[in-house]
Amino acid sequence: MTSTHPHPAATAYGRLLDHSNRHNPYPHFAELAKEPVHQLDEHNWLVTRHADITALLRDPRLSAQNPAPTDPDAPLGSDGKPFRGPLLMLDPPHHDTLRQRTMDQFVPRILGMRPRIEAMVADLLDRHVGTGSGEIDVVAALAYPLPVGVICALLGVPPEEEPVFHSFAGRLTRALDPVETLTEQEITQLAVTQRDWRAYLMPMIEQRRAQPGTDLISGLLTKGDPATRMNTVELAVTLGLLLIAGHETTVNLVANGTLALLRNPDVLDRLRADPDLAAAVVEEVLRYDPPVQMNGRHTTADIVVAGQVVPAGDHVQLLLAAGNRDPRRFAHPDRFWPERPGNAHLAFGGGVHYCLGAALARMEGQAALTAIASRLSNPRLVVDPPPYRPNMLLRGPEEVRVGYDAVTT
Amino acid sequence: MTPGRIVVVGASLAGLRSAESLRANGFTGELVIIGDERHEPYDRPPLSKAVLSGRVGSDRLLLPRTGELNARWLLGARATGLDVSTREVRLADGRVVGFDGLLVATGARARPWPDAGEAALRGVHLLRTRDDADRLRGDLVQEPRRVLVIGGGFTGSEVASSCHDLGLSVTVTQRGSAPMATALGGVVAAAIGVRQQACGIDLRARTTVTALNGDAEGRLTRARLSDGDVLDVDVAIVATGSVPNTEWLADSGLAADGGGVDCDSACRALDVTGAVVAGVYVAGDVARWRHPHFDAEPQSFEHWSNAVDQAELAAHNLIHEATDVRHNTALPAFWSDQFGMNIKSVGLPQVADQVVLTQGSFARGPFVAVYGRDGITVGAVAVNSPRVMDGYTALVAERAPFPPAINATDSPASVAVLDAGFARTTPHRAPLTLAADGGRS
Amino acid sequence: MRVLVDLNRCQSYGQCVFAAPEVFWFRGAESLEYDHVPDAESDRATERAARACPVQAITLGPAVEAIVGEAG
Ligand SMILES: Cc1cc2nc3c(=O)[nH]c(=O)nc-3n(C[C@H](O)[C@H](O)[C@H](O)COP(=O)(O)OP(=O)(O)OC[C@H]3O[C@@H](n4cnc5c(N)ncnc54)[C@H](O)[C@@H]3O)c2cc1C
Ligand code: HEM
Ligand code: SF4
Repeated sequence: MTSTHPHPAATAYGRLLDHSNRHNPYPHFAELAKEPVHQLDEHNWLVTRHADITALLRDPRLSAQNPAPTDPDAPLGSDGKPFRGPLLMLDPPHHDTLRQRTMDQFVPRILGMRPRIEAMVADLLDRHVGTGSGEIDVVAALAYPLPVGVICALLGVPPEEEPVFHSFAGRLTRALDPVETLTEQEITQLAVTQRDWRAYLMPMIEQRRAQPGTDLISGLLTKGDPATRMNTVELAVTLGLLLIAGHETTVNLVANGTLALLRNPDVLDRLRADPDLAAAVVEEVLRYDPPVQMNGRHTTADIVVAGQVVPAGDHVQLLLAAGNRDPRRFAHPDRFWPERPGNAHLAFGGGVHYCLGAALARMEGQAALTAIASRLSNPRLVVDPPPYRPNMLLRGPEEVRVGYDAVTT
Repeated sequence: MTPGRIVVVGASLAGLRSAESLRANGFTGELVIIGDERHEPYDRPPLSKAVLSGRVGSDRLLLPRTGELNARWLLGARATGLDVSTREVRLADGRVVGFDGLLVATGARARPWPDAGEAALRGVHLLRTRDDADRLRGDLVQEPRRVLVIGGGFTGSEVASSCHDLGLSVTVTQRGSAPMATALGGVVAAAIGVRQQACGIDLRARTTVTALNGDAEGRLTRARLSDGDVLDVDVAIVATGSVPNTEWLADSGLAADGGGVDCDSACRALDVTGAVVAGVYVAGDVARWRHPHFDAEPQSFEHWSNAVDQAELAAHNLIHEATDVRHNTALPAFWSDQFGMNIKSVGLPQVADQVVLTQGSFARGPFVAVYGRDGITVGAVAVNSPRVMDGYTALVAERAPFPPAINATDSPASVAVLDAGFARTTPHRAPLTLAADGGRS
Repeated sequence: MRVLVDLNRCQSYGQCVFAAPEVFWFRGAESLEYDHVPDAESDRATERAARACPVQAITLGPAVEAIVGEAG
């Protein structure tokens, strides 16, 4: 990239993409954030500042939908038009219809989840720790199994099916990566996985259509205005989205949160003394080290960003992680400071695509970090920095090994 | 400024917010807050919505305040005069309160029904205060046969919506072609009016109430309309706009009249010659000023965020008068909730001559309309689309060409620029009329 | 506790509703309503709600004594 595009921004961006910088990309984000907008090449732009990203996430001239014409052979969506993909990658109005239907079923079920999530966290920890000193990989033991368990509980998936969901969660996640970062082989593989996913779900969907229960899948199938009801393809894709959008993201939240707490023992102590601090800690983790580092869109019209015209049809990357450290918006941006006032971070995006699972993710993060703080005595990082997974967009450590002296119940 | 005494007249949103900001700006002197309502400051917008509908009690609206405000509150006390030369506020009970700095935040009141006898009938209501809302709600829960709302502005429309929530039959009369047309223009107002009608509201456009009749006990029983109809009604709400509370400023030398108190964009009060009056500031519904972004007459912006923005700005400028005077550049913005619609507005639609639908559909579901004047984007109104407003705010702020290109997936296939449908007022009345009608009439 | 939401800034993300459904609720699809003076039992949930608001539209204040003004 550096050789074909001599822009300094491209160099800085290249360093961001470079895996060897994965453990700490923030100096490179800061370098990029010296300018509000960068043109990477003819049709690609980066936006780095909080105010601009905030406004652009809420701008109808930025589309999340693939601009290519739809595949004429695609199955039809419930709006009678060729199906384009999960609602994350759809624009209004069909996005809004699908999202509203999902929310209608999601909201009442999330409200009661907190005690259940706390119990799941306690249970997972119990399975991996004794009472004496030892070591735990927070990613494998807690962060990884928690979101799948939670989403299965929400969807009403029987416990024996959970391992299957788990395995799909890992494989389907590539669908969230920009298509251009996938190899031919990966694209083919993904298509196969997606087909398998639908085939796997079909009997479950048909069974609930025939005998609706009180679970979310039954609700999506049978509740609400029949005119806007999802068809089977949309339902399978939406369920897949709920599974994967909340998977690695939440893993990263718990892992990044553990790292931040153990690197800031004063905060750890305060959280231990006051579990009510958990809400603020989680918001600050989301700002300081966001699980989703950037968001892509394309322009439907010429737009002005910080005085710069970005033409219609171009691709814009909104660097959420850079905006979260914008000194114009956050005092002492590089400080991990849960009590900071007005923490309007960008970790969950904003506008019509604002994370649908944010409330759930918050509960999971609060429960997990509170448990780590309150149950492990003298916790410390065994390897710092830990190894990172290759993914740049959904950035997070592969493992976070924590040593401790004792465990309280 | 040196710590002396700052007096805030008007103990509501603007008054409380400015008092808090004075402390936040480091003011350590004496703070006196004077208000003629007996209640401590509360939030007004829910009065016509959740309170009338019975979802929130009128006692559950108190505004938060920091513990350290450390102010002397004179509640139930009315200011009746101001002397700028001796720097004194006179109260109705004869007391005189001296000040070094003054904040005028006396807001506005509901415009009364012009016939005092008819206005005194039991069942005839205004809506501006907690007490008004409690009285009106007391009548609404008696299940009146029909409720008459006089005036289809924001307050009138919200009252109609709340009555609809309560399952009551409602008639709304309005002078204009459609509800809220003075603020939104005829095109958008008509779209919203159709939705109100779909909820069963009996909307009477270009219709006025010619008389309210009562029975021998002085209870409202009937209303006569200019369209010849006679309605049997037990409750009528007069929602014909507001009048700024400026009487106490007569003879003060400040430029104050039935349209508000003049101030500049730094909230500094102006005298009748247009000169700044040192140490006297104005904020909220009572303030009339020229917004620097728009080529429009001075007007009052009778919206919640204007009160907050001006209060904070006035407090800052009062304290930093000599060193750091700031000007209000925030674009006007307001919301209204009614009939299942969340309506949001940014900019100044009423200066527009044209309007264009940019997203959604007037007929059903969410929509956004953009307003333009002389080829420049000046405002936007969104129904049930709060998450795209920032994009439109940017268009207004950058004075984007009108009609702006949006090309969203939910944009109409072809761009149809329409006459926005604002009934233009005659020039000599322009400033006053804009002030009265542009707000929450 | 006392609560005030800037409903101009609010974009109806509903995060406050998730965190404290007894204090915040929606009327219709996008219209937020709330109790300005929630009871003390809701304090924790209300604080979580204020933290979670993506646009930081929620202001909290302590449960202070009602003002007893001098009558004029
Ligand atoms: C029913 C209703 C619904 C509303 N809904 C919305 C909405 O949805 N969106 C929106 O943006 N805005 C809305 N508003 C407007 C918003 O409430 C006002 O803009 C805001 O209250 C202005 O605050 P203020 O402090 O300037 O004036 P006010 O709230 O009017 O306060 C002025 C105070 O000063 C007192 N006072 C007056 N004269 C004197 C005197 N001589 N001496 C002592 N005290 C005096 C008054 O009694 C009053 O308490 C609504 C208003 C009403 C009435
Ligand atoms: C810490 C954890 C999480 C983070 C950081 C996160 C982040 C995000 C972000 C940034 C977006 C916006 C994407 C865009 O604008 O293009 C998003 C959307 C989404 N998220 Fe999350 N997410 C998390 C957890 C979850 C969970 C637990 C779920 C579901 C159970 C979930 C479901 C979704 C869905 C369905 C969308 C698409 C919404 C739409 O397009 O309208 N997320 N998330
Ligand atoms: S969380 Fe904030 S933006 Fe969302 S509904 Fe509540 S107040 Fe509004």
